[in-house]
Amino acid sequence: MSVDGAAAPAATASPRSIRWARRRASAADAWLRLRRNRVALGAMGVLLAFVVLALIAPLVSDRADFNAINTGDNPVNQSPSGQFLFGTDRLGRSMALQVMWGTRISLLVGFAATVIMIGIGVIVGLAAGFFGGWVDALLMRITDWFMVIPFLPLAIVLATILERGLGTIVLVIGITSWPSTARLVRSQVLTVRERLYVDRARALGAGRLHIVGRHILPNVTPLILANTTLAVPIAILTETTLSFLGLGDPTQISWGGLLESVGTTSVKSGYWWQYLPPGVGIVLVVLAFTIIGRALEEVFDPRLRDR
Amino acid sequence: MRAGFVIRKLLGALSTLAFVVVFNFFLFRIVNPNPVDSMFRGRNLTRSQLDEMTRKFNLDGSKFDQFLGYVQQLFSGDLGLSFKGNRPVADVIGEALWPTLLLVGSSTLLAMLGITLGYRAGWRRGSRFDSTSTSLSMVTYSMPEFWVGMVFLGVFSSTLGWFPVGGLEDSGSTATGLAKLLDQLHHMALPAIVLAIAYVGEYMIVARSAMIETLREDYLQLARAKGMRDDEVRRKHAVPNARLPVVSLSAINFGFIVSGAIAVESIFSWPGIGQATFLALKGPDLPMLQGLFLAISAAVIFANLVADLLYGKLDPRVVGR
Repeated sequence: MSVDGAAAPAATASPRSIRWARRRASAADAWLRLRRNRVALGAMGVLLAFVVLALIAPLVSDRADFNAINTGDNPVNQSPSGQFLFGTDRLGRSMALQVMWGTRISLLVGFAATVIMIGIGVIVGLAAGFFGGWVDALLMRITDWFMVIPFLPLAIVLATILERGLGTIVLVIGITSWPSTARLVRSQVLTVRERLYVDRARALGAGRLHIVGRHILPNVTPLILANTTLAVPIAILTETTLSFLGLGDPTQISWGGLLESVGTTSVKSGYWWQYLPPGVGIVLVVLAFTIIGRALEEVFDPRLRDR
Repeated sequence: MRAGFVIRKLLGALSTLAFVVVFNFFLFRIVNPNPVDSMFRGRNLTRSQLDEMTRKFNLDGSKFDQFLGYVQQLFSGDLGLSFKGNRPVADVIGEALWPTLLLVGSSTLLAMLGITLGYRAGWRRGSRFDSTSTSLSMVTYSMPEFWVGMVFLGVFSSTLGWFPVGGLEDSGSTATGLAKLLDQLHHMALPAIVLAIAYVGEYMIVARSAMIETLREDYLQLARAKGMRDDEVRRKHAVPNARLPVVSLSAINFGFIVSGAIAVESIFSWPGIGQATFLALKGPDLPMLQGLFLAISAAVIFANLVADLLYGKLDPRVVGR
């Protein structure tokens, strides 16, 4: 699998250095393969641009600029101009700056919810795949429940009942969308568990935790990484929809929240500069994550390579 | 199909439904033990009037008794009373059912065009047609459906004036028969196309990879060796085997399209389950939301059951497992 001889350890190497040399080599190999995918590189560029936008938002504008009391002098519902790149909304707030601030929340919620989603999914999948028996049966039954129950209505119910806030949104997305990760990890574990080297480790007296941590987890990590990249767009889209329905954090500016605040009024009045930019932002970020995720999948899953 | 397989799938679906019922009940009760108090806060109601309301909404007695009462009500088709106007939740859902079935049904049919596209793209893997349709479906997959709805509303209704801005039919319309149907179809066109665009990509991608999966099978080689035309090999040998993943996707997508309808219906003021959900969460009208969640979940659970059974019929291999 390695590209060059880097994986071959020196005769005096310790097990730890061998392990790291191998990991470095396979990471380098993955990067080489990924680099050949021009579209994925472009997607990374787009993503990087949005991350930069999110980071510099507080430097180019003050959050307080968006309080209605501070926008009294600005023209309302103005179309794009030199002063306001994306025009203004009905309170005279700059759309361009709001879209910039919205990037922060969308990316933040996207990443945070993904961490919860993947965390639950990996723990459930590892436990089910490794322990088997009744643990597996029980966990898979619960996974099936969450898989079948339509997750947006579930998220809506939870978000309506719980207190409004960023934490709620993150939690709600995390606990409604983990099942597919759990299934993926479980099926991977079932395959890896039967490999000879796991048998060998067991024969040498390795405990369950050691086998899971040292032999199974490292083997499923690449696919988890690809799955994570594909989970972020789901989280971002869900956040957008929940915020659009008015279930987001009212004190924060997010893309979905922006679309809610300009609403169908902007559409019917022909104020395209109010509803196009936030949507284009969503599409670009989600598309970028999807492209990178699929590229990673191809790199890590040899079965997909010749597609 | 073996009876054991059917029973297993049936029990699975029932257990999911039971989970939804238990979850639905306790979630709403734990967060808001007695909604009557908060509902009428600030209004001059005497304690005895409040108690009467509590009884009316079945909120007295222990949690377990309340739960038994809830289940009993469910079996008699009673979903409780909406906070808004005291109307039975089941009636409101019943009225909203037909518009949603119409909308979700037609957008599903439209989105299924993606299956044909996917088979063709997979068959000619790497062709220009394949790369164009794959890229396009990734783009449509990335768009929030309600935003597509806003853009379409802006372009085709506000600017071009081709379609009405929303609703089920022209307000004050007295049309009947065919004219009424045409009017409703005219109103439904935009939301149906929007929902279809959002999900056509998923059908396409799944159908494409199912087709690519079958491309390696030896029997395709054999069919070609027999001298069958390329087109015939695809239709008679490849497509039937690429059907399986698409069946399970249809059930999953049914859930997604119903979910997507929530925001899209509210944009186009389409008086279905989606708009009812939107209005209920705005209140929040908790009994209404509770009833809607149960109804939507039950529909999706049923769709999944049908897909599972159909899968067993199409692929006898899964029945034995």
